[in-house]
Amino acid sequence: MTEPTPRQRGNLKIYLGYAAGVGKTYQMLTEVHQLKREGIDVVVGYFEPHGRKDTIAHIDGLELLPRRQIQYRGTAFGEMDVEAILHRHPQTCAIDELAHTNVPGADRTKRWEDVQVLLDSGINVLTTLNVQHIESLNDLVWQITGIRVRETIPDWVVKQADEVVMVDLPPEALLNRLRRGVIYSPDKVGQALQNFFKESTLVVLRELTLRQTAHEVDVRQGVLEKGELPHAESSLNRQTVSARNGQLQDRILIYVTPDPSTAMLIRRGRRVADYLKADCFAVSVESDADRSHMPPAQREAIEKHLNFARNLRIETRIIPGLNIAQALVDFARLHEVTQIFLVRPHRSHTLPFLERNLVDQVVRLAQDMQVTIVAERQRPS
Amino acid sequence: MIDRSTEPPDAEVGLDPDRAEDAHQKRGRLKIFLGYISGVGKSFRMFDEGRRRRERGQDVVVGAIQPVNSTEVEELLKKMEVIPFKRVEGLLVMDVDAILNRRPQGCLIDGLAYDNPSGSLHSKRWQDVEQLLAAGISVIASVNLQYIEEYREQVERITGKRVTSTIPLNFVQTADEVELVDMPADLCLERTEGASAQDATGPGPQQLSELREIALLLAADVVDRQLEKYLRDHGIEQLWGAQERILVFIRPGLNARKMIESGRRNADRFHGELFVAFLIDPDLSSDDKSALETNLTVARQLNAHIEPLEAEDPVKALMDFAHSHGITQIFIGHSAHENWWQRLWGSFVGRLIREAEGIDVRIFPN
Repeated sequence: MTEPTPRQRGNLKIYLGYAAGVGKTYQMLTEVHQLKREGIDVVVGYFEPHGRKDTIAHIDGLELLPRRQIQYRGTAFGEMDVEAILHRHPQTCAIDELAHTNVPGADRTKRWEDVQVLLDSGINVLTTLNVQHIESLNDLVWQITGIRVRETIPDWVVKQADEVVMVDLPPEALLNRLRRGVIYSPDKVGQALQNFFKESTLVVLRELTLRQTAHEVDVRQGVLEKGELPHAESSLNRQTVSARNGQLQDRILIYVTPDPSTAMLIRRGRRVADYLKADCFAVSVESDADRSHMPPAQREAIEKHLNFARNLRIETRIIPGLNIAQALVDFARLHEVTQIFLVRPHRSHTLPFLERNLVDQVVRLAQDMQVTIVAERQRPS
Repeated sequence: MIDRSTEPPDAEVGLDPDRAEDAHQKRGRLKIFLGYISGVGKSFRMFDEGRRRRERGQDVVVGAIQPVNSTEVEELLKKMEVIPFKRVEGLLVMDVDAILNRRPQGCLIDGLAYDNPSGSLHSKRWQDVEQLLAAGISVIASVNLQYIEEYREQVERITGKRVTSTIPLNFVQTADEVELVDMPADLCLERTEGASAQDATGPGPQQLSELREIALLLAADVVDRQLEKYLRDHGIEQLWGAQERILVFIRPGLNARKMIESGRRNADRFHGELFVAFLIDPDLSSDDKSALETNLTVARQLNAHIEPLEAEDPVKALMDFAHSHGITQIFIGHSAHENWWQRLWGSFVGRLIREAEGIDVRIFPN
């Protein structure tokens, strides 16, 4: 196939739902049928039937590409065949379950990474996603459901989508479908009702999805209205945007430590930054002594957190300094940060005094910026 | 040709009376399909649900249709039992008596916001619906954002089009279920392009996008109310929520105005709610008292909920309020003149940070 002009990146459309069974796949396939009628060359690149009869019937008449079989520990797993889709090169490709993790042995770890490859090659992608897989919502979702979702996708993947469409269904209707055995096989229904499919849980997730979709619509309005880039990369070296539109631009600085709560802090910082349309950075502070004496486990933990931040498209730095608070505030001032994000000190007194005291030191030094103390979310007992 | 079957065939709500509250034991259930503009496919979704219910053996009839319908809707209507409109003073009106006599389990009513001619029992169609519900008939209805009274002006400013007949927001909020019919603005434009009703004068992508956002947030608010009611009815204490709620705590001598304004801006960005709390203190100096009044005036103008707190144990009062109102962020000020840092952990700010389980505390310099 010859391409006369440089390939344009494909469009991405996400059907967003709040639970299995609300009808995301069905609605996506409905659009595939419609595109086909309009003469678009459209295929289904990956389809997850889940044994749902109506959804399976809905794929009739569509071109479904076969899966690629990957052997792992003696079992064959069918994964999306990216090479086959690239070779077939349709205008548009429908792909179920964006948050899926591929079996080891696949070319890429995550399906959303496969989707990037297809988009880069100029193929439009329709896909499905549940709200609980969005990385920055991980702590809130745990708080709501008690489930720590492991398969997450970075927020920027959603932001990159040209359209996010809410697939809505009232929870009672969803529960009726569940009880009728439409969503899961009958032996699993009881368990589902006990866990994830509790009515109050579903109602909160639904509200969260409505609000998330409203936010996605809002972000895209800025693009329509002012030609703003939806996800301009933050850069420490860029001028503060105040000059660009005359508005005070928030800049958020996240303090990274080896403590596991840092992941929560990064997610929260990312989320707040997205809503405030703020730049977002993450730094750790390292003294000379740290460089030579820090235990490898702590060093790895810091590196892991900085990596995590980078995956969420947050620019990171390791800054030198003996006094953590002073180094943080100096760095923040230099880069016109408006808010410093710190984890709330643990109650346990096993923590070094220094760390317990960091909050008041930073607050004392940061007379020209705000300090946000983020507490870990808790489950109602 | 447009396919509007945007919902799985079995996505449906039972007309199961067992689930009704005691107070509504005999009352029919109300389900509303909400769209952000005509052309998103609400009518199709509604009639398609009616068809599925019929196929599942429920006795469902059509009580009202709208004058202009797509061919897909026409096809669906062929499979349904339609109670004909009656003619009153030359106008076509939903025949409430005929529906009551027919006594179906469920009745589909397309377009809630119609006015009845003078001399009718009710002046509005939604009042007819109330009567059907009271008679134990469940109703599935559809409405567009612009026909909700409380949103009418806002939508008019965006579309430049006036509507005359509306339904109250409260009617939507009391529905047992509200289902949002969402669709990207571009698809909606394509669909309505061919239709005669909307052409060059119709809303563009920017306007559609604004309407869509309003409808999504309206649906979220309805869901939030349902959640609050559910939690109340089941005696569950709410410690979490899907909505950001910001509480600004103002103290004498600190620049509260800046914090309140920032709180408003942040709440707007999050599509959240804003609360402003202060301590009741009869011994305030007259300067502090008038400063407080000024700040509370600002807070009221910025549409904040204002909460006076008992001063005996301020941190406890603040945290009790925050936890019972699902607060996610507390904004407080501190002053360098307070020499407070030496006493931080024994001080108000320090204690607040320690007590703020699951809540962010944002400290503003002064």
